[in-house]
This record gives sequence, structure tokens and C-alpha cells, in this order.
Amino acid sequence: MPIAAVPNFAIAAPEMFLAGAAMALLVLGTFLSDAKAARTVSYGCIAALIIAAVIVMALNNGSRTAFGGVFILDGFAVFMKVLILVSAAAVIFMARDYLARHDIDRFEFPILIVLATLGMIMMVSANDFIALYLGLELQSLALYVIASFQRDGTRSPEAGLKYFVLGALASGMLLYGMSLVYGFAGATGFSALADLFKASGGAPIGVIVGLVFIMAGLAFKVSAVPFHMWTPDVYEGAPTPVTALFAVAPKIAAMGLFIRVMVGPFGDLGGQWQQIVVFIAIASMVLGAVAAINQRNIKRLMAYSSIGNMGYALIGLAVAGETADAAVRADGIRNMLIFLAIYVFMNLGTFAVILTMRRGGRMVEEIDGLAGLSKTNPMMALALGVFMFSMAGIPPFAGFLGKLYIFQSAVQAELFGLAIIGVLASVIAAFYYIRIVKVMYFDAPDEAFDGPISMEMKTVLFVSFVFVTFFIVFPTPLLTSAAKATTSLLGG
Amino acid sequence: MLEIGLAHYLTLAAILFTLGVFGIFVNRKNVIIILMSIELLLLSVNINLVAFSANLGDLVGQVFSLFVLTVAAAEAAIGLAILVVYFRNRGSIYVDDINVMKG
Repeated sequence: MPIAAVPNFAIAAPEMFLAGAAMALLVLGTFLSDAKAARTVSYGCIAALIIAAVIVMALNNGSRTAFGGVFILDGFAVFMKVLILVSAAAVIFMARDYLARHDIDRFEFPILIVLATLGMIMMVSANDFIALYLGLELQSLALYVIASFQRDGTRSPEAGLKYFVLGALASGMLLYGMSLVYGFAGATGFSALADLFKASGGAPIGVIVGLVFIMAGLAFKVSAVPFHMWTPDVYEGAPTPVTALFAVAPKIAAMGLFIRVMVGPFGDLGGQWQQIVVFIAIASMVLGAVAAINQRNIKRLMAYSSIGNMGYALIGLAVAGETADAAVRADGIRNMLIFLAIYVFMNLGTFAVILTMRRGGRMVEEIDGLAGLSKTNPMMALALGVFMFSMAGIPPFAGFLGKLYIFQSAVQAELFGLAIIGVLASVIAAFYYIRIVKVMYFDAPDEAFDGPISMEMKTVLFVSFVFVTFFIVFPTPLLTSAAKATTSLLGG
Repeated sequence: MLEIGLAHYLTLAAILFTLGVFGIFVNRKNVIIILMSIELLLLSVNINLVAFSANLGDLVGQVFSLFVLTVAAAEAAIGLAILVVYFRNRGSIYVDDINVMKG
């Protein structure tokens, strides 16, 4: 009797490891005493995420599929997964201090983050609509819970509720789109769909309608205009470490998904979706720049800033839509990946500062609370100043290069409108970023923040500070890995 | 005799989906109604999937709809849990009261 070939599950090793680790740590947490559980499980979760990242990098060897082609591991997935895992680990690390001080130091918190991260890394490896949906829901369900984690507060459950309702609506639209694509094309696998559209040179109208629904759902997840309305409320209401997580890992994962779905199965329909991406990119950049001007709450400000940044990132996807030159298309994706990586570091650093803004045991969320920080804590003021200049796109910081690459792609693809509006929006946005610097350096000093700053915060702050400042000197590692990721996605 | 075909199922699903979306946005009363609308959205997708699956003679759609059902159950559980936490703090689940954060 012939023995069936053992299926090659090895490429899903990071996912299987994380799932196992999350469950093991959950059991461990219930057996430890309350005092020790949160701390032990947190560091266990950080270790699990780092180990998963190492496994991902060890598996980086060309493009392979498993589970009947629904799961893919290529250079692109590896790049995204490493970014997601590292940023999630950094968030758990930063959250330690906050959770302990706010009396919500429970061991479920890091485990929920690990489960959400598991969903995210499944999402960026999805090669089929079913796999995509399951990864996305695993991520979303865990995130709904941690958004309402501070359950005796008033704002956190409200944030969780809003996030849940709008997130579920987004999933519904995504699913409806998938069902239409399935029905009119007859397949759910990305490779099968891509072959189908390539062979027929177009798609029936039902598929196009489905595509629009899918894009609406994905735009929700990356919080691009016109589906951004949940972002400011959820960012403001969620506990600050959770906001830090929302600003990085799920955004990266959803962007990775957006890229994979658009250039994968719908790659040959670029003409159909490029217009939509151009529209949401412009709308996000403009809204992110204009709506943030009046914000007094720094978490709301970061929400609008992330909406704007997603707009810039989407320029790269628009370039990949319908441009005659394949090299320019590839550059668009590559520059988008570079932009996202830089975005992660800037945000982690900024949130490390926001997490230390505490006076008399209470978090300070007003921007005016930063007044005179340069006198009371010069190092922190310098770091936040650098992050703000970087986000505003001022050389020589990393954020400048990120934007420069993106706008270069837009110009090469002759999307001049996008490039011009992007530059204008970034000039407007510079106003509110630099206002923070002005408040820190030129306003009369307020009371100093509570000290001392925890070791964890200092580490994250230092690493992102070094990255943002010195990226311009050593850009090569990121550039080459982003280029490799793009090649494996497009030329696979 | 009227023959029930694919188009009828798709129309039904489209109507249910629209009802679900409107239930979320137009309803100003109770969050429970929003939860019901979310279920309606997911179930309309299931009708779509099963109808397409039967029409194409392909099982993938039915497998997909089973996954959707499972996830919908998990989603409802989490939604209700969040709602309970919210109700404990506020003592109300009227949609118009969900307004601590605005801007």
C-alpha cells in the first residue's frame, strides 16, 4: 500500500509554534500566582514572538506553498512577518510598566497580543480567500478584546464597542466581496484567480463589484479615508499600549494583505483598481493632514497622523496598479515596504514617549502637557523632537527618505497629481508635528513628568531613535531586503 | 410555475446585506440591534456562498460558509462580552449614549 507523501507543513512552523506557545503560556499563567503570572507570561510571550521571527527568517528560501496552496511563504511574507512580530514584541515590552501602574496587569494581555499577531502573520501568508478571512478574524477578534481591556474605565469599553461594530461591518463587506468573486470567477485561490484573469484578459462585472467590496473592507482595516471614522475614537479610548499596537502591527499586516490581494489575484485588473487606490490615497493624505490640526489630544493626533501615513503608503500601491514599466511597478511596492518599516520605528518611538507622559500617577494626553519638556527632560524632548521632524519628512531623518522614495515612484509612474497632493499634504501635516516641537522647546515649563522612566521604555526609545537618526547613513540593509521581498512577490 | 434560480438567491442575499448595513447605520436605539444586523450581514454572505456553490457544482463555497458560520458565532460571543462590560460601566446600551469620545 503506498504511503501518502507527508505534506510539507514546515513553512507554517512559525504559526504553529506561536499557537502552541500562546496556549502553553495561557496554562502557565493560570497556575502561577497573580503576582508573578503577568510578568512571567509577558516575557514568555516576548520570547515566543522573537523565536517565531527567527524561525521565519530561517525559512526564508524562495517561494513555497503548503496546505493545498492556501498558505504561501515568500520573501514578501517573511519581510512583513518579521516587521509584525518585532513590533508586537516591542509593544508587549513597553506595556509592562503601564499595565502595572493602571492595575490591569493581567497575563491575558500579552497572550491576546500573541493571538492577534498569529492572525496577522497568517493573513500575510494567505494565498486563498478562506485562509485570508480566518487570519483576519483571528486578528480582529483578539484586538476587539484588548481594545476594551481596561474594563472599569469608561472610555476603553466604548472604544472596544466601536471598534467591534465597525470592524465587523468591514469583515462583512470583505466577505460579501469574496463571495461575489468566488461566484463569478469560480475559485477562491489567489493563484487560480490570477491565472483566470490573465487568460481571459478581463473579468466579469460581478468580479469587479466584488473587488470593490473587498477593497472597502481592506481600506477599513488600514483605516484609509472614507473608512477611517473608527480610528480617532478607538485610538483615544483604548489603553495607550494598545493604541501603540494598533498604530503598528495591524496596520502593517493589513497593508501587506492589501498589497498581496491587489497585485496577486487582481494583478491583471490593475486598471480597475488603480483609480480607487489613487482616490483613497489622496483622501487619506488630505484628511490626515487637515483634521489633525485642531486636535489637542496626542493619541487622536497620532490617529490622524496614521491615517495620513497610510495615504502616503498607498501611493506605492497605486503605482503598482497600471504602469507600463514593470520596473517602476516593482519600485512602487519596494518603496511602500521601506516606508512602512520606517513608519513602524517612528511610531514605536513616539508611543514610548507618550507612555511616559504621566503626572501624579495619571496619564497626560494633552499636547500642552508637553510644555517645556526640553527643560524638565531634555533627552526625551530631543527624542520626541527627532520623531516629529522625521514624521514631518524633514531631512536627514528616516521619515524624509521614506516619503522621498514614495514620491519618486509616483513621479516615475507619471502620477503627478498624487505626488503634488502628497507633498502639499505633507507640508500641511508638518505644521502640527512641528507645533509639538515648539510646545516642548519654547513654552513655559510645566511640572516634570513622573520618573523614573522604566528600562523597557528607554530601550525602545533608544533603538527607534538610533534607527530614525542614522537610517540615512546605513540604508542598505532595509533597501535590499525590501527589494528582495518585492522580487519574490512579483516575479515569484 | 416560477423557477427559483441563482438570481433569486443573489437578490435575497443582496437585500439582507443592505438591511444589515442600514441596521447598523440608521438604527439609533439599541446596540443589540446592531449585533443582530452584523449577524444578518454574515448570513447574507452565507446564502451567496451556498447558492454559488450549488450553481458552480463546486464544494469550496460550502466549506467557506461553514467557516463563516463558526467565525460568526465567535464574533457574536465577543460582541456580547464587550457589550456586557460596557453596560456594567454605563448602565445603558442606547446608541445615542455612546458618545464620550467625539471629535
